[in-house]
Order: sequence, then structure tokens, then C-alpha cells
Amino acid sequence: MAADVLDATFAALADPTRRAILARLMEGEATVTELAAPFAMSQPGISKHLRVLERAGLVSRGRDAQRRPCRLEAAPLKEAVDWLAGYRSYWEESYQRLDALLGELGHDGPDAAERETP
Amino acid sequence: MTPRREQGEGLTVRALPGTGLVLTRTFAAPRRLVFDAFTRPELLRRWHGARGWHLVVCEVDLRPGGAWRFVSRGPDGAEMGLGGVFHEVDAPGRLVQSEVHDGWEEGEALVTTVFDERDGRTAMTTTARYPSREIRDSVLRTPMERGAGEAYDRLAGVLTEMTMKGEPR
Repeated sequence: MAADVLDATFAALADPTRRAILARLMEGEATVTELAAPFAMSQPGISKHLRVLERAGLVSRGRDAQRRPCRLEAAPLKEAVDWLAGYRSYWEESYQRLDALLGELGHDGPDAAERETP
Repeated sequence: MTPRREQGEGLTVRALPGTGLVLTRTFAAPRRLVFDAFTRPELLRRWHGARGWHLVVCEVDLRPGGAWRFVSRGPDGAEMGLGGVFHEVDAPGRLVQSEVHDGWEEGEALVTTVFDERDGRTAMTTTARYPSREIRDSVLRTPMERGAGEAYDRLAGVLTEMTMKGEPR
């Protein structure tokens, strides 16, 4: 996955309003008016966030000239999540080894770290 | 006390906008032990790495200005080296260190690790700032992709091993 696409995805997700918009769109398409309703924000304010989401490829707009409904584009979101998940699972595996080690050190008493196992 | 294996809470990884990365993980141990496990070579060698990767070089001069160097060897014999210098060493609560991976053309990462203890458990928060987006992304890609084929088999193996080690010996 290209670095600039990932970066656009993470930057888009860094804002709570944009995350809330994505959460709303997970339930289905919505117009700008519908999206703006739960927020204390003007439609132009919401439109600005939508443009960021569109540039990141996370949201697309319908062709209906009147309503231009917004819909969630899940693919880049999934790629970003999968990509972080790979890193996470590698280190989680390493930390599980550390869990086991800490368990041994703890059960062997506070001086366990001083003693070397062969 | 019955030696029951206690696990910490799962790792979370968050990419900050730009070049940062934040890792959080809780360990079921006091921070003195966790700090030792992160800074003493004889302990680091026992846990650092996964999926066939393990430390073959682990040098830690734990003092401000002191150098550290790790070399990990992977399942196919590939090696990955990284190292840096400690800026702050405040045992057992805080470490600040630079990090440079072999092959980076320029720049270094700044890594801050904080250990907070509550009720005998230790929450680790590691914040890494990489010199560029490309470098952060390359760190995120390696070494997981190199050993990805055997990843899940090995995870299952580790879980079984951990369960067995949880029994009294």
C-alpha cells in the first residue's frame, strides 16, 4: 500500500468529527444535510470534512445532482487497519513471550532478574 | 501462590498523523521487572522478537549518552540491525532513546517509553517519532512481512507453549 494513501487515511481518521461521519455512513448512505444534523456544525463545515474523507478515498458521492448522497468506501479503511494489524500482531506475539518471562521472574521472587538461567 | 500464567492486556498500535506511532500494552508485573525486561540484555534475549526472529546481538549501555545496539536474525538467516543512544534513563519509569536502523539514509527516530504501575500491573506507552513517513512505514512493514508465511502457525505454537509453562514445574 502506497505511503501517501496510508498517510491520507490516517490523517483523515485523526479527527473525531470525521470518525463520527464514517460511523454514520456505516449505517448507509446519507446526504450532507443528514450528516450535519447531529453536529453543532454548519453544512460548509461538514462539507470540508467530507472533502478530506473523499480525498482519502474513504467516502464517495452519488451522481444524483440534487442529493449527492455520501457513501462509505471501506477498502482503504480495511487496508489501513490490516496494515497496522500486521505490525500489532508481530509485537503482540513478542510481548506474549515477555508475559511468560515476567510470570517466571515474578514467581521466582524479586531477585529472579539477578540470576541467570543457563 | 499458585503459579498461574497471567497475561497483560493486548497491544494497541496507533499511527499519529505525520510520522508518529504510539504503542500501548499492559503487563501483569510491577514496573521494576518490566523495566529490567526492556533494558537488560540477558532478559531481552529471552523475549524480543517473534516468528523466527530473535536477538543475536544485544548491547545496552544504560545511562544518558550510553549506546544500545540490537541485531535480530530471521528464519531465513536475514539480519536486521538497529541502535542508538539513550537520552534519558529514569528507572523504572521512563526511557528516551534515539533509534537508527541499518540502511536508513538519514535521520533518526526518537522513542519515548513510559512505564506506569498500578495495583502491581504496568502500563507501557511507547511513542516513536520517525524522521520521515517513508521510514515509519518501512518500520511498520518489517520484519512482519518477511516471516508472514509462518506467522499464524507460530502464534498458535507460542500460545500452547505459554499454557504449558503456566503449569507448576
